Amino acid sequence: MASCRNDNGVSIAMAITWKEYSSGESFDELITPGGRARTGAGKIVQYLRGLSDEDLRERREAAELAMHVMGITFTVYSEEGGIDRVWPFDIIPRIITAREWRTTDEGLQQRVQALNMFIADLYDEQRIIKDGVFPAGILEHSVNFREQCIGIKPALGIWAHICGSDLVRDRDGTMYVLEDNLRVPSGVSYMLENRLVMKRVFPELFEDYSILPVDGYSTRLFDMLASLSPRPADYPTIVVLTPGIYNSAYFEHSYLAQQMGVELVSGSDLFVGDDDCVYMRTINGRARVDVIYRRVDDLFMDPEVFNPDSMLGVPGIMRAWRKGNVGIANAPGAGVADDKVVYAYVPEMIRYYLDQEPILQNVPTYLCMNEEHRKYVLANLDKLVVKPANESGGYGMMVGPAASKKTRKEFAELIRKDPRNYIAQPTLSLSTSPTLCDGHVEPRHIDLRPFILSGENRHVTRGGLTRVALKKGSLVVNSSQGGGSKDTWIVETGGR
Amino acid sequence: MLLSSVAERVYWFARYVERVENTARMILVNNNLLLDMPRNSTLGWAPIVSITGIADKFYETHKEANERNVMRFLVMDAANQSCMLCSLAHARENLRTSRAIFPRAVWETLNDLYAYARENKSSVLTRRGRYHFMQHVIDSCHLISGKLSASMSHDQIYEFVRMGRNIERADMTSRVIDVRAENLLPKHDEELKPFDDIQWKSVLDSLAGYQMYRRYVHVRVRGTEVLRYLLQDIYFPRAIHHCFNQAEQCLRNLPMNEAPQYALVKAQRLVRNAKVENIVHANLNEFINQLQLAIIDINAELTSTYFEGKEVSPALYYSLPRELATA
Repeated sequence: MASCRNDNGVSIAMAITWKEYSSGESFDELITPGGRARTGAGKIVQYLRGLSDEDLRERREAAELAMHVMGITFTVYSEEGGIDRVWPFDIIPRIITAREWRTTDEGLQQRVQALNMFIADLYDEQRIIKDGVFPAGILEHSVNFREQCIGIKPALGIWAHICGSDLVRDRDGTMYVLEDNLRVPSGVSYMLENRLVMKRVFPELFEDYSILPVDGYSTRLFDMLASLSPRPADYPTIVVLTPGIYNSAYFEHSYLAQQMGVELVSGSDLFVGDDDCVYMRTINGRARVDVIYRRVDDLFMDPEVFNPDSMLGVPGIMRAWRKGNVGIANAPGAGVADDKVVYAYVPEMIRYYLDQEPILQNVPTYLCMNEEHRKYVLANLDKLVVKPANESGGYGMMVGPAASKKTRKEFAELIRKDPRNYIAQPTLSLSTSPTLCDGHVEPRHIDLRPFILSGENRHVTRGGLTRVALKKGSLVVNSSQGGGSKDTWIVETGGR
Repeated sequence: MLLSSVAERVYWFARYVERVENTARMILVNNNLLLDMPRNSTLGWAPIVSITGIADKFYETHKEANERNVMRFLVMDAANQSCMLCSLAHARENLRTSRAIFPRAVWETLNDLYAYARENKSSVLTRRGRYHFMQHVIDSCHLISGKLSASMSHDQIYEFVRMGRNIERADMTSRVIDVRAENLLPKHDEELKPFDDIQWKSVLDSLAGYQMYRRYVHVRVRGTEVLRYLLQDIYFPRAIHHCFNQAEQCLRNLPMNEAPQYALVKAQRLVRNAKVENIVHANLNEFINQLQLAIIDINAELTSTYFEGKEVSPALYYSLPRELATA
């Protein structure tokens, strides 16, 4: 390994000097406040120290090239139509010990199990409301509750088959669940591709570390979808339903279809026959479809039932689903639990349905619909993050400490007008991880999105997608707003 | 399993790529021809506008066809959706939505070509720049065909590529004959006479056929023979008879091919049974009209059979009329 100093004691310009690295008051995933490597991070810290500027640049270029060659893109709208961009990728991995991950894995399974029971209950007897645990008022104003789904019994009683939960770590090192994405969570393709890129760029590190593999996901996804087939005896026909190439996640739709070896279809490829079964149009005539992995929002799925102007959906598909002739993942209506007000009740759900204490913590949440909470929120807008209940992608939120007086005033007005639609949380500091910025290593804020599959069995990805806010000091990790991603390594630390 | 929508995109992708190549060659040839013609010749660029089939649209906004405005119209004017840039954009869009099916290298070549055409489009306004531009486009299109042929499974999807290519070729050849031959046949400016042969040669050149014509026809370039060659030769890739034969072979490998096969056989008979000597002197126009209608008919049958995903009973599927084509 290269040394940092030559024999004359003259310091050679090395790319990474950990001495100057400081993440301030945020928790850093790899480096302790004292400047030492955390458990599991020792080898990578040492390894990076041994790389020259030139080495680092080479690795970085190799990673970029790999991303281009593999065609890892997301779509950005512009005046000239959709353009594929490569999503920024940072070559320094984020590391979590297998020991910590086992608890997180359990906690996520527990959470998703409770969420699924909650959704099933809401579309059935609504026991949780009758028992006074969950206020009826919240449901009345839910924009993602679909009355059309009441009474439907999907296969296996599961509604949210694919869940992407966002985890963040606060300054004290505690991992919190920030939100659960139960509609059409995306990002898993980047998780898979990031690992492939890393294997090309740092093969030697994979020899030193015992890193849990992630590449079983596509197979698990396929098996989970297959378990929803209404014709279990046959080899199921599964399709991925995409809104089309202008969707920002189109790359992922086509990627997953390819990985699973199933067809990628859009609404116009499908139709519902007189027998209330779903078919796709092929050059051989019609072919029955058993399971649809839909990446179209449920409001656009069936113009007969929901948005009548939708061109993305399939008329009659809800009819077919209700009759049990086709499996749909996630089930239409599953988004009811993807609501930041509902989120606040997840710990209660876990106690109510499972009679267990939550393993993973929620971020303390103030519900503006609650008068006492609202008073507190309005009085502390400069300390809190305010979020609308039903937005995703980081839109429409306010980070109190960073907001201008004017913005805070605007949000106070919004909250008073529509309290049900707003929640507030203390400003978390979000942990950081060393990130390569212009040849230097600097701390950047990150989060983590693991994916949880629920079918006959449940499966949690080993790690997930780590998203990183590339702008200095920024807490916004969304790809649409200047975020990038990192590979996430769950490493075994004992014994090796 | 081949989705109807994918088959349709693949078919149109192939047609657009072929269209770009054909347009480029046509421009190149006309360019060369004009350099040889007397200054006061009436030839000019108007016939090229007619070949596109949307001359009306052109004259809505242009008083006359001159080198500059025709070049814009053929290369970059969005009013002409078949212009080279639009065709490339369409081809790219069709490929983009079915990328998983094609070898990656094909996507890269088309993407490069599209970027090149966008960046260098204004170079076509000079005769020098034009030559390089068109040559590059033609070469890139050949590269795409070559990559497809060499690295893609020759399965049902590939049949739609071949089909698109051959239908587009037949269409182009019929248009070139229509416009160019019409002008060249008898009742003409006496003054042009000495240049007849180079004009007929240019007709062949537009379809990359001069060399092959000389090898196989063994007579000097003469109107009737050129026409016969372009219509009825079975070996030349842009001769209409050959294109139809190819399309027919594609269909044999596809299911439910009765209706399109029938349309194809009708078109084939029209071409094969044509008495070229008679057509040349009497009713070329009418003949080409019939041919164009036949091509439209083939396209319509392909569309309703394969691209609209309508249901066909299995019984029909198994009674493929294979003999029909050879009857």
